[in-house]
Amino acid sequence: MALKIVKSECTVCGACESECPNQAISFKKGTYVINPEKCTECEGQFDMPQCVANCQVDDCIVPA
Amino acid sequence: MGNVVPLSNILGVGELMVPAVDPTGCASSACGSSDGPDGMPDAVWNKVKDHPCYSEEAHHYYARMHVAVAPACNIQCNYCNRKYDCANESRPGVVSERLSPDQAALKVAAVAAEMPQLAVVGIAGAGDALANPERTFRTFELIRKQTPDIKLCLSTNGLALPDHVDRLKELDIDHLTITINMVDPEIGVQIYPWIFYNHRRWHGLEASTLLHQRQMEGLEKAVAAGILVKVNSVMIPGINDHHLAEVNRRVREAGAFLHNIMPLISDPAHGTHFGLTGQRGPSPAELKALQDHCEGEIKVMRHCRQCRADAIGMLGDDQGAKFGNDAVAAMAPPDAAAAEAARQAYRQHIEAERLERRRNRAQVRARIVGAAPRTRPAEPPVLVAVATSGGERINVHFGHAKEFQVFEVGAKGARFVGHRRVETYCEGGSGDGGVLDGIVTAIGDCAAVMVAKIGDCPSQTLRDKGIEPIDRFAFGYIEESLLTFFAERRAATLTPVRVA
Repeated sequence: MALKIVKSECTVCGACESECPNQAISFKKGTYVINPEKCTECEGQFDMPQCVANCQVDDCIVPA
Repeated sequence: MGNVVPLSNILGVGELMVPAVDPTGCASSACGSSDGPDGMPDAVWNKVKDHPCYSEEAHHYYARMHVAVAPACNIQCNYCNRKYDCANESRPGVVSERLSPDQAALKVAAVAAEMPQLAVVGIAGAGDALANPERTFRTFELIRKQTPDIKLCLSTNGLALPDHVDRLKELDIDHLTITINMVDPEIGVQIYPWIFYNHRRWHGLEASTLLHQRQMEGLEKAVAAGILVKVNSVMIPGINDHHLAEVNRRVREAGAFLHNIMPLISDPAHGTHFGLTGQRGPSPAELKALQDHCEGEIKVMRHCRQCRADAIGMLGDDQGAKFGNDAVAAMAPPDAAAAEAARQAYRQHIEAERLERRRNRAQVRARIVGAAPRTRPAEPPVLVAVATSGGERINVHFGHAKEFQVFEVGAKGARFVGHRRVETYCEGGSGDGGVLDGIVTAIGDCAAVMVAKIGDCPSQTLRDKGIEPIDRFAFGYIEESLLTFFAERRAATLTPVRVA
């Protein structure tokens, strides 16, 4: 259970990185990536995944 | 010394230039740059006098730069598409270079060394400065340390503002801009599809209500902390155009210092919601009517260029492209002490010039405006377009103008009312007829256009369209020249018509 970032949609604003409660998001090779080992989709932490809630682009962060 | 804005533009031709003098011996003056120390408390004037965005007069002399260290945003606006820079708070373009706080500090040092006019560094995005608080505040700390004489300012949508006022105060940031497009959440629903707040995405009326409450709370806290607050509003015809007078009243009551009503920029190519749904922006006349309506106890800003979040230089003359990360990295390390000395020298010179101007202006205003015939109906004011690159002077060739500043001049004096962006008519020595048509349309409501110089061909076209081309005030002060023009025009109309 994890999310992934669609590179072609990402504006590289970094809003997801600062909101992630699991430090699962980092900047690598020109884009942000989600570490599936750390991503919990915020299950049990928040109502909805924080990265998705704060992302400016629809369909940029999707189930892996 | 900086070569970014030629100092000759600021200082006139050598120091020999005298203000325009009209044939009747009236050196004119009482113009558009109507702000100034008049009636403004010293403490406030000292804060705004060299901030090009807060003082219309200052924007003729001082430059600012934005460092785009804040790419993330916490709300979605219907006039913005995050795949590009925000279309209204900064003009559209592909996403700016990523800029870390350290890179931003280097860039500021490089620009400060090139441009003694630099007075202010701001953070205005490309997202929201306070949605990226650590990056924003780290950047301010670095800049404050390396160039303590440069003012810092910040622009925000206000959602996170109440949480950060204390930190802003600590950093001695005394200029703050909040974008407030509504004080009625029902109207906000049409502007903001969602906000991200307190770990949740909020939609609809809930979102707008929260945003409104946080904006007003932030505004009041900032004013209470002694921070000068400018409010930006995007004018969206059919949505908030009639409502902005109410916004104006509320932000004025809450203590905002300046209200900047900006036209919606809407183009399908930007991919914004409003662009794609065909929402139009206001015409210059609609914008001016609203600004006129709101002008009163709060100053209305009219010289905003809606610049990009990475703009650099004098307003209307963006030099940002010269200072990309790679270019800055390749520059020799600037001599910070020499740069600071150059800035101090520039400021001293400008302040001396401004002081003299103010004295001169007051005299000329009294002479020309005071001389208006009282028994006759007042001559209606007219609009005049002016080609200038700063220094409050008419100092740009018609064919080289990237924009015209528009002034309203009448019996009560002259005031700046807006600017019109145009394509440059003369590229490589020859004029472009299609571009000329565009310019004629852009300044079609003006009775005259004042320039440093203009060719015969465009002159004739302008005359045919009822716009008088004027280059006899070349390098003169704008306000003096406008008033002289108006006095001459008035004298011509008053000449008795002989009846046979």
